[in-house]
Amino acid sequence: MLEIRNLHVTVEGREILNGIDLVVHPGEVHAIMGPNGSGKSTLANVIAGREGYVVTEGEIRFDGKNLLEMDPETRACEGLFLAFQYPVEIPGVANLYFLKAAVNATRKYRGEPPVDAMDFWELVHERMELVKMDESMLKRSVNEGFSGGEKKRNEVFQMAVLQPHFAVLDETDSGLDIDALKVVADGVNALRNPERGFLVITHYQRLLDYIVPDHVHVLFNGRIVRSGGKELALELEEQGYALYNEEPGRARRAAA
Amino acid sequence: MTDSTQTLERLASSDYKYGFVTDIEQDTVPPGLNEDVIGLISAKKQEPDWLLEWRLQAFRHWLTMKQPEWARVHYPPIDYQAISYYAAPKQKGDGPKSLDEIDPELRRTYEKLGIPLAEQAILAGVAVDAVFDSVSVATSYKGKLAEKGIIFCSFSEAVREHPELVRQYLGTVVPYRDNYYATLNSAVFSDGSFVYIPPGVRCPMELSTYFRINASNTGQFERTLIIADNDSYVSYLEGCTAPQRDENQLHAAVVELIALDNATIKYSTVQNWYPGDAEGKGGIYNFVTKRGLCKGRNSKISWTQVETGSAITWKYPSCVLRGENAVGEFYSVALTRDYQQADTGTKMIHIGKNTRSTIVSKGISAGQGQNAYRGLVKILPTAENARNHSQCDSLLMGDRCGAHTFPYIDVQNPTAQVEHEASTSKISEDQLFYCQQRGISTEDAVSLIVNGFCKEVFKELPMEFAVEAQKLIELKLEGSVG
Repeated sequence: MLEIRNLHVTVEGREILNGIDLVVHPGEVHAIMGPNGSGKSTLANVIAGREGYVVTEGEIRFDGKNLLEMDPETRACEGLFLAFQYPVEIPGVANLYFLKAAVNATRKYRGEPPVDAMDFWELVHERMELVKMDESMLKRSVNEGFSGGEKKRNEVFQMAVLQPHFAVLDETDSGLDIDALKVVADGVNALRNPERGFLVITHYQRLLDYIVPDHVHVLFNGRIVRSGGKELALELEEQGYALYNEEPGRARRAAA
Repeated sequence: MTDSTQTLERLASSDYKYGFVTDIEQDTVPPGLNEDVIGLISAKKQEPDWLLEWRLQAFRHWLTMKQPEWARVHYPPIDYQAISYYAAPKQKGDGPKSLDEIDPELRRTYEKLGIPLAEQAILAGVAVDAVFDSVSVATSYKGKLAEKGIIFCSFSEAVREHPELVRQYLGTVVPYRDNYYATLNSAVFSDGSFVYIPPGVRCPMELSTYFRINASNTGQFERTLIIADNDSYVSYLEGCTAPQRDENQLHAAVVELIALDNATIKYSTVQNWYPGDAEGKGGIYNFVTKRGLCKGRNSKISWTQVETGSAITWKYPSCVLRGENAVGEFYSVALTRDYQQADTGTKMIHIGKNTRSTIVSKGISAGQGQNAYRGLVKILPTAENARNHSQCDSLLMGDRCGAHTFPYIDVQNPTAQVEHEASTSKISEDQLFYCQQRGISTEDAVSLIVNGFCKEVFKELPMEFAVEAQKLIELKLEGSVG
């Protein structure tokens, strides 16, 4: 469903990604791991279509369509979701109202009428339980005054309501204590199904104890230097990324 | 300039939806201002001598005054002799007796504005006193209100039918010497609305006036007087639009509110006068004096305004808190774009003990718009334990607009507590991207964010007005032509 071929990306003239190849099939969960500055968040932002990230080479196809030709809102309406590393505050806009605007934007894109108020209310309440969210959070302004954990939980909640085909989770585990981490992971796991794909970006192996990936990729200096199964994450936990720092060739041998 | 800045600017420049001219015969006084013109206006309205005398006193005083220059607005000198001071739609015979009798052309104008003047008005429970240029053409729902002893009529009618009330209160909150434009208004005011709520009565519906400037070169000088007697309540709505014209039109209104013991007056305005074109040509000069007197104990006056129109807005709805425990409130959203200028705010004058006031001001500037908040909180020595909280937030869209805050605080009693908060922000690219990633288009994201910014003020508006205000802001920010 997501095919990335030879992707090169520059930010402010500096090359951050140099030749990424990645294919995610429906129902798969892929984890991208890597040290700070390896290009993990850049990859997430390029997929979502953020301004300022210039694709100099390569392509991304999403359900067979050229993703790079679409503006960010079209990508979202096509079923692409990004759980932000730093969710943004929108003062004065109620969380529930925002979510409804998002749901209706997608429905409009598909040529469907706005969501029925009762149906929406039921969906929201069902999904709230998934992330053990308090009802008061619906009335509060989007992310305003939310704790780090609440913000991340809110991202997963939005994902649960919007039900995307494909979700990118950008360091959703950062800043979470173990209880919040479990809640977030439970939410994601509940959404796993044979049609939906996930790309889970993380610095630490910890999250992958709870969201068990089908494939793990190590991103280093803008390239995927290794791919493997879930056991690769454990190996990284033991050996760290320092290995890759010296010389990629040697790292590959050492890990082999 | 980044792409999103350009997008914001494009979104912020849209056309004026209400720029149509109604083609009806006008009864207009030739341009110019002198004692004869004032006499003519007064005679046309069959006013009593005391009122003519009051007008003339104001005019003579006005001749000694100078146009104020302290506001942060810029415009060429106004030629007061080039303005026509009276325009009324010509009436056949005695004038309309019911809504059906109103000129169909006029009715269509109101329909385009979406005013529920006809039967819908009654269904909607809104009583409308529509001011078309200078004369109030129809007042709906008057009978129902009369049963409760509520007087809601045009100012001219009040002068004829209830001269004692008008004489008792006219000029007691805004004296004719008050300021340049209020003095001019006192001399030449043509019509407006009058409301009296008797003791113990809670007005059962929102009272609403829709102002519209139609004839060219006519200044509109309405005068509104609202009196809430002991233990009464009234909510009053004022909406304003004007057609599109190249010349600048002057609008200098005066609104006086008086709240007696335990009375509450809520006054809401949605102002959408023609702002001029994208090059800054034309538009309304909106120089308005609005002031409320909390005369009685536990009285309350609350101003809510949404100012989106006019080339220049110069307006400071104020509260004089004289009664003990009196409460004054000011909630404002002012939007300027293209070459619009707004210098608006409030004055809270604390005189009585335990008086409280709240100020929430939200300024939005786009294009080359300039937005200034100017406010005065004055605590007099008699105002033991007075409290004020002020909050002024500005939102900038693009990098050629401006926001300015001028808070004046004058505390003469050591028991007072006065707080002032201010912030300036921009719609960030992060916010826009966050919305877009959820499928929301840039245009919708901008109006979502702006409406969120205004929420504290919108929630003070009556429901149907809040919806209108929100739509108006969206309309102003979208590139669409209605």
